[in-house]
Amino acid sequence: MATIPANEGFDAHDHAHDHDHDHKPGFFARWFMSTNHKDIGTLYLIFAIFAGVVGGAVSGMMRWELAQPGIQVLGYFAELLGTQNPTFDQQLHLWNVLITAHGLIMVFFMVMPAIIGGFGNWFVPIMIGAPDMAFPRMNNVSFWLTFVGFCSLMFSAFMPGGTGQGAGTGWTVYAPLSTSGSVGPAVDFAIFSLHLSGAGSILGAINFITTILNMRAPGMTLHKMPLFVWSVLVTAFLLLLALPVLAAAITMLLTDRNFGTTFFDPAGGGDPVLYQHLFWFFGHPEVYIMILPGFGIISQIISTFSKKPVFGYLGMAYAMVAIGVVGFIVWAHHMYTTGLDVNTKMYFTAATMVIAVPTGIKIFSWIATMWGGSLEFKSPMVWAIGFIFLFTVGGVTGVVLANGGVDDNLHDTYYVVAHFHYVLSLGAVTSLFAGFYYWFPKMSGRMHSEFLSHLQFWVFFVGVNLIFFPMHFLGVQGMPRRYPDYALAYSYWNEVASNGYLIMAASIVIFFINIAYAFLAGKKAEANYWGEGATTLEWTLSSPPPFHQFETLPVIDDAAHAH
Amino acid sequence: MAASVVPNSAKNRKVGILAAGGALAMLGLGYASVPLYRLFCQVTGYGGTTQRADAVTAAGVKVAGKVVTIRFDANVARDMPWEFKPMQVKQEVRIGERQIARYHARNLANRTVTGTAIFNVSPEQAGKYFNKIQCFCFTEQTLKAGQDVPMPVIYYVDPAILDDPAAKDIEEITLSYTFNETHESLAAATQKPVSQPMEKPLDPARARR
Repeated sequence: MATIPANEGFDAHDHAHDHDHDHKPGFFARWFMSTNHKDIGTLYLIFAIFAGVVGGAVSGMMRWELAQPGIQVLGYFAELLGTQNPTFDQQLHLWNVLITAHGLIMVFFMVMPAIIGGFGNWFVPIMIGAPDMAFPRMNNVSFWLTFVGFCSLMFSAFMPGGTGQGAGTGWTVYAPLSTSGSVGPAVDFAIFSLHLSGAGSILGAINFITTILNMRAPGMTLHKMPLFVWSVLVTAFLLLLALPVLAAAITMLLTDRNFGTTFFDPAGGGDPVLYQHLFWFFGHPEVYIMILPGFGIISQIISTFSKKPVFGYLGMAYAMVAIGVVGFIVWAHHMYTTGLDVNTKMYFTAATMVIAVPTGIKIFSWIATMWGGSLEFKSPMVWAIGFIFLFTVGGVTGVVLANGGVDDNLHDTYYVVAHFHYVLSLGAVTSLFAGFYYWFPKMSGRMHSEFLSHLQFWVFFVGVNLIFFPMHFLGVQGMPRRYPDYALAYSYWNEVASNGYLIMAASIVIFFINIAYAFLAGKKAEANYWGEGATTLEWTLSSPPPFHQFETLPVIDDAAHAH
Repeated sequence: MAASVVPNSAKNRKVGILAAGGALAMLGLGYASVPLYRLFCQVTGYGGTTQRADAVTAAGVKVAGKVVTIRFDANVARDMPWEFKPMQVKQEVRIGERQIARYHARNLANRTVTGTAIFNVSPEQAGKYFNKIQCFCFTEQTLKAGQDVPMPVIYYVDPAILDDPAAKDIEEITLSYTFNETHESLAAATQKPVSQPMEKPLDPARARR
C-alpha cells in the first residue's frame, strides 16, 4: 500500500498561491448545484443518515407489531398513513408495504448512498491524489437522481397499491404479485424510484471508474492504491454490470403492468421465474456492492490502528476482485425452491461456497495485520473489530444457507433474515459507523467524543445481537418471513428481539448526541489526528481539507513504499 | 499523465463513454435474456417444458418394455369462462409407444372466446423426454358461445429417458394444461359485447408449441 511521507512538497492549502482557490460559492449554488466531490459526498451522507432514520423507524414499526403474536398496531399505523377504518386486509397490506419500504430504503437510499456516494466521493479522489472526480457535473446529477428516487418511493406510500395503500411487493418486486397482484400506481412509483436511483448509481459508477483509472497522481499505480479505492473500483464495476439488468427487468415489469406485454405472464407465453433470474443476477452482486466498500474502510482502519501496512495487500485487493467476479455466477442460490434440478443446485452450492475462500483471505489478513501490531483501540478500531466478528457470524450462516438441501428447509424463514442482517445490518452498517468515526473529524474539522463513540459501539453491539441472534432460533424452528403474525411458540424470542430494537435505537440517539457534541464543543481536528499509522493522502491535508485540493499534484515516493 | 487529472478531459470522456457502453450492453443482455431463456427452456426441458416431434420421427421410435403412468391435469385461468377437463384420469403407456389422450372443453359464456393453453409436465426432469406429435396447445382454440369440443393430444415418451440417471426411475408423469383467454379475445369482449361473434382466423405467427 502507498505510504506517503508527510514532508513531501504537495501541501495543497499552501496559502501563498491557494488563497482565492478556496473561495466557496454561495449557499444555494454550493449545495444545490454542487460539482465539488467533497460537498456532494457530504450531501450523500446527510441524505443517507436521513433515509436511515426513516428506514430504521419503519423497522421499529415492524418490531413493535412483532413484539407479540396477533395483530396489534398495524391498524393504528394504517390510520396514521391515511386509511380510515382500515380493514383487516388493508392492515396486512400495510405490513407488506413496511417490509418493502424498509428493504428498498436501507439498500438503495441508506447503505449505497452512504458507503459509495458519501465516503467514496469524499475519499476516492483524495486518496489517489486527484483534484476532483472525472465528471463533476455528472456527480451532481447522480446525487439528485438518488434524491428524487427516494421521493418517488415516499409518494408510493400514499397511492393505491391493490389491497391497500402503498407498494407491498417486497424489495424483490416479484411478478406476479407486482404485476396482476398489485393494481394501482403505488408499484409503478416504487419501480420508477428504482429506475431513478439505479440511473444515479450507474452514472456514479462510470464516474468512479474513470476517476480511478485516469486521474491517479504520478506514481500512484494501481498496485499502490489504498484498499478503499480498490474496493470502490470493484464496486463500481459491479454496479455498472448489475444495475442495467435490474433496469431491464423492472422496465419489463412496467410494460407488463401498463402496456399489455407478457414477459412474466404465462398467459402470453412469459414466465415469472425469468423475473427471478433477472432480479437475482442483479441482486447477488448488489449485496457485494453494499459490503465491498465496507471491506475497504475496515482495511484502512485496521492498518491505521495497528500502525502496520495491511497484511497481504495484493491478496486483499484481488480477493475483492474475485468476490466481485464470482458474485455474478451464483445468483440462483436465492432460487433453490423454484424447481432447479439437482445438478443445477450442486453447481450453485459449490460456486457459492467458493466465495468463502476470498472472504476468508480477507478475514485472515485483517487478523494478521493486527497480529504483532502496535494496537490502539480508538473508536474506529473498536467498530472495525466488531465488524470482523459480526460479519464472520453472518458469513458462517451464509455457508450454511449455500447448501441447496439445507436451504430447502430454511428458505424464507427467519434464519435467512438473521443471516443477511448479520452481513448487512450488522456488517455493512458497522463498517459505516467505523468509517464515520474514522473520517468524521477529517470531513467536519471537529473531533467527536471518543467516550460517546465507544459507548455507542457497545450499546449498538448489544442491541443488534439481541435483535438478530434469536432470529436464528426462530428460523430453525420454522418461523416464516414476511408475516406480521406468528404462532404462540415463537413469542419469547420475538419479544427479546423487539427489546433489542429499543437498545439499538438508544445507540442511534447516542450517535446524534455525539455529532451534536462535535459541532458544539468538539476540539478542532488536526490534519492527522490518528497519528503515525494513518498514511494515506487524506492525512496530508488539513481537516477539513481545502475546498480544492491537490492543485499541485502529490508525487508518490517509491522509497517510502519499501516496508 | 498530468493532462489526465483534469476533470472532463478528452481521455476521461473516452473511458466514460466506454463504461457507459458497458452499461448499455448489460441492458441489452437483460432484454436478450427473454428469448434466450425461452430457447434454454425448450432445449433442456427446464421447468418441465415438453418437446414437439413430427409424425415421421415418432414412427421411427422403438418401443421399450417399461410402462409409465401418465396422469392428466386441466385448469382454466381465473375469469376464463370455460369448462376444461381431461376425459381420462390416467393412461398406462409403454415408453416409446404413441398414445392419444383426450381433453374436453366447453365455452360457458354467451360470446366467442379464444384461448391458448400453457403446459408442462411434472416431474420437471421428464420434460425433455415428453414428446407431443399433435396437440390442441399448438394453436389458439376458438369456441363459440356454448360450443363444446374434444381436444386430443398425441404423445409418446422418448426411450432416451431410460439413459438419464436423473429421469430413468420416473414411474408417473403428470401432464398439465392451463387455458388462458387471449388478449385479443378479452379486448373484443369488452368492445363488442355478446351479439357479434368474432370469426378470427388463426394467426400463424402466434401458433404455439
